[in-house]
Amino acid sequence: MSNQNISYTSSQASVLSTNKVLRNTYALLSMTLLFSALTAGVSMVVNPPHFISLVTSIAAIGLIWFVLPKTANSSKGLYVVFAFAGLMGFGLGPILNTYLNTANGGQIIMTALGGTGIIFLALSAYALTTRKDFSFMGGMLMVGLIVVLIAAIANIFLAMPALSLTISAVVILLMSGFILFDTGRIINGGETNYIMATVSLYLNIYNIFVSLLQLLGIFGSDD
Amino acid sequence: MESNMWMKIISALFLGAMLVFLLPRAKHMIQNSPKAGEGDWKAVLIPLVLLVLFVLFLITMVRT
Repeated sequence: MSNQNISYTSSQASVLSTNKVLRNTYALLSMTLLFSALTAGVSMVVNPPHFISLVTSIAAIGLIWFVLPKTANSSKGLYVVFAFAGLMGFGLGPILNTYLNTANGGQIIMTALGGTGIIFLALSAYALTTRKDFSFMGGMLMVGLIVVLIAAIANIFLAMPALSLTISAVVILLMSGFILFDTGRIINGGETNYIMATVSLYLNIYNIFVSLLQLLGIFGSDD
Repeated sequence: MESNMWMKIISALFLGAMLVFLLPRAKHMIQNSPKAGEGDWKAVLIPLVLLVLFVLFLITMVRT
């Protein structure tokens, strides 16, 4: 009886802890996305040159590679996440301005934004309701990511529109898979640090948005 | 023209660095990922097929 009580209390504590990570992750994710929207807005007004997107991306990735692992277990990690989100948002400004200068650019941006929101909410809801462990996808997702990176490097110099289109479509599929994988990891206790979980989900959403924007931009343009 | 070439080189170096950074993690995940059980892939394919249909719907929306 007492063993049963201990086991029940332990599993209850585990569920409570998982729910806390999930709640904190979604709260921080909402705040970082709003902060990114704010810095993207500022960047659109300032209208910096295009290479700023590359500079901010390098700085943001540098933060999550070299600074975040040392700060993720302290409150300093929150500053790093906001700095990362701010940089990523600021880098979006020149890209969004380019789309806004096209005939139906506003519609394309709003469709990509709404589409990204629906994809994220639907996949998260699916992972949360099924409570399935998607960790078996890890290897396949990583192989896909590496193949996409190699293709992206090649396409910087080849500049093939068909390859660019394929990369965008594959990135949307891969990042959707990563949403299931990352959410499954949080639900099943594989990720207990909400700061790291937020960064993973943020990157999934950001990449889906940018790829969807590119896909809709190509198909939505008149030429 | 020259600055454009530099942008391309820096972008390629950046993505290359990402690749180098990800490779050990990818290797670890490939070796240690649990095997998929019965019905696991079906549980992933259904939402992904719906996702493809949704993206196609978004494309038709911006084309009309």
